[in-house]
Amino acid sequence: MAPILELKNINKYFGSSKERVTAVNSLELRIEQGEIVCLVGESGCGKSTTGRMVVGLLPPSDGQILFEGQDIAQMNRADYQAYRRAVQIIHQDPYASLNPTQPIQQMLTTPLLRHKKASTQRSAEKRAAELLEIVDLTPVSDFMNKYPHQLSGGQRQRVSVARALTVEPKFIVADEAVSMVDVSIRVSLLNMLARLKSEFDVTFLFITHDLALAKYFAWNGRIVVMYLGRIVEEGPTQRVITDPRHPYTQALLAAVPEADPDLARRKKQIELRSAEIPSLLNLPAGCTFHPRCPYAVPGQCDRLVPALDAIAEGGSVACPIRKYESIELLAA
Amino acid sequence: MNTTVQKHLTLENVHVNYQTRSGNVQAVRGVTLDLLAGESLALIGESGSGKTTLGLSIVKLLVDTATVEPGRITYRREDQEIDVLALRGNQLREFRWRDCAMVFQSALNAFNPVLRVWEQALDTAQSHGWHDRQAVRERFLELLRYVQLDPNRVINAYPHELSGGMRQRTLLALSLLLEPTILILDEPTTALDILTQRTIIDLLRQIKNEKNITMIFISHDLAIAAELANRVATMYAGRVVELGGVEDIFYRPRHPYTMGLIRAVPTVLGGFEELFSIPGSPPDLINLPSGCPFHPRCSFATSKCQIEEPPLIQITPSQAAACWHWQDVEIELQNKPLRVRK
Repeated sequence: MAPILELKNINKYFGSSKERVTAVNSLELRIEQGEIVCLVGESGCGKSTTGRMVVGLLPPSDGQILFEGQDIAQMNRADYQAYRRAVQIIHQDPYASLNPTQPIQQMLTTPLLRHKKASTQRSAEKRAAELLEIVDLTPVSDFMNKYPHQLSGGQRQRVSVARALTVEPKFIVADEAVSMVDVSIRVSLLNMLARLKSEFDVTFLFITHDLALAKYFAWNGRIVVMYLGRIVEEGPTQRVITDPRHPYTQALLAAVPEADPDLARRKKQIELRSAEIPSLLNLPAGCTFHPRCPYAVPGQCDRLVPALDAIAEGGSVACPIRKYESIELLAA
Repeated sequence: MNTTVQKHLTLENVHVNYQTRSGNVQAVRGVTLDLLAGESLALIGESGSGKTTLGLSIVKLLVDTATVEPGRITYRREDQEIDVLALRGNQLREFRWRDCAMVFQSALNAFNPVLRVWEQALDTAQSHGWHDRQAVRERFLELLRYVQLDPNRVINAYPHELSGGMRQRTLLALSLLLEPTILILDEPTTALDILTQRTIIDLLRQIKNEKNITMIFISHDLAIAAELANRVATMYAGRVVELGGVEDIFYRPRHPYTMGLIRAVPTVLGGFEELFSIPGSPPDLINLPSGCPFHPRCSFATSKCQIEEPPLIQITPSQAAACWHWQDVEIELQNKPLRVRK
């Protein structure tokens, strides 16, 4: 069976030819039905641009996006609409993504009726109530007639999820979906999303800069690490977190502050050659990480763009120099 | 316990209220806290817990709609005791920056966008009575070098020409210009990328170790506390609900809210963790729940909690928690420890 989503050699450029930013560069990604994939990286790495291309909000400059084996650029109108319904996005900012003039009920019944998921106002309202139940906004009657400004950030984000669920998506892109929510309620949001996967077999592309959240959410899934528009490493979450091979992944994992004094003390430091991230307007030749990489080999890393090579432990690494080398991130 | 440790700053029963159209917001409700010389204290809590308001009240930078009443903040400069809330005019200016500097959350907004970095440094120095341009320049260049920036480039730059990490470093250099004894840092690394965040954390640790500065970190991020603090104060609904050494707070919390926070936050290298969130939402500060404001979200709550708000109860010489049921928290943690080490 074809993967649910496949990105083939995607490039995305922004700006004019004079000042061109390559936001996503030669991206290849296959996501199987029911997988949880976390796209991680720092700002400017292309993770959100990728997410927006996956849901069809941005067209790629080159390359193909296949949904259930079909190129979305070649789809007929009906298939394209079905794809757009099947792939939904949950945005980062629940204060900006909900219409402030609509009560919650209307936010849910409108798409239900529009997309013929309900035939009458009454059945739409009934379904809306079920959806609020699914996202744990209970008792439902407390929320139906509320407006977004009457809800907390966490509750708004649940409404966004319920709204995405109106069209029975197969694939959800969650772009920093819990970053703006207070820590004490983040976990319940993540657990609710995870439940959608097990109950409705929704496939997830979870985009985050927070490696700890990625680890938690995708413990049985996959992590894809991006740096300046390219994938530098991907693999099963547990392998990437415990045995990272790309020097950038290692640097990220070593750098993340830990919410545990003992781990914080035991973390080994990885000294980078440069603290500043290169400009997307003027990317380094070869491996884009080479100006900062402690292992860079002159004459090789500054010339050749490394390919993503599979490793035996799972996944693949775009570093011919270090792909076989494990390092310890914690002192005993 | 070392009884000779100097209390640098003392907050006594500090209350801060904001007058708003929808009512009186009780942002800080009776905080009593000693800041010891040379320590680094983290104030942690979620949005609306009062941590930033508390920080602002120390440097008297609250907006006009805020009132500090009642409350007393005492700063000790050598043998002198200074009533911070009574400071006005030049004395206040001297206290701010000289004694106590604050580094704000958003490094870009903290700068005047039309002034070069050097002009802002000079402005800061001059408004505190330091008029020797050459000396200011030399000192500032030295500090820029100390925070690992290219001094000659940065000093002539406008804020927008610097990256987020460089701006945060520049702001730290500026805050050190008048050699304050207390530095308050509000979300010092929040908007930064991971690798930049790490360099700022390492720099803050270096400042903490090398310069005799007392630090207050204000953050919603528990990791900042774990990385940088000696002592941690958890805030909820305007009060300090738990205060203890960093290890007490992370491994032996006695307040259900602190325990809940720690159980809600994953680590990266700590292996698989089962996480739990705290039910409910943060309280409405205009209409606080009766008794302990955490009781509607608390699994230990009893009828007593609905009626009577607990004071901070001293549990060990280094730890205090405002919970009637702290012993139940202790038992719960014996059955289900936090952060089991492998």
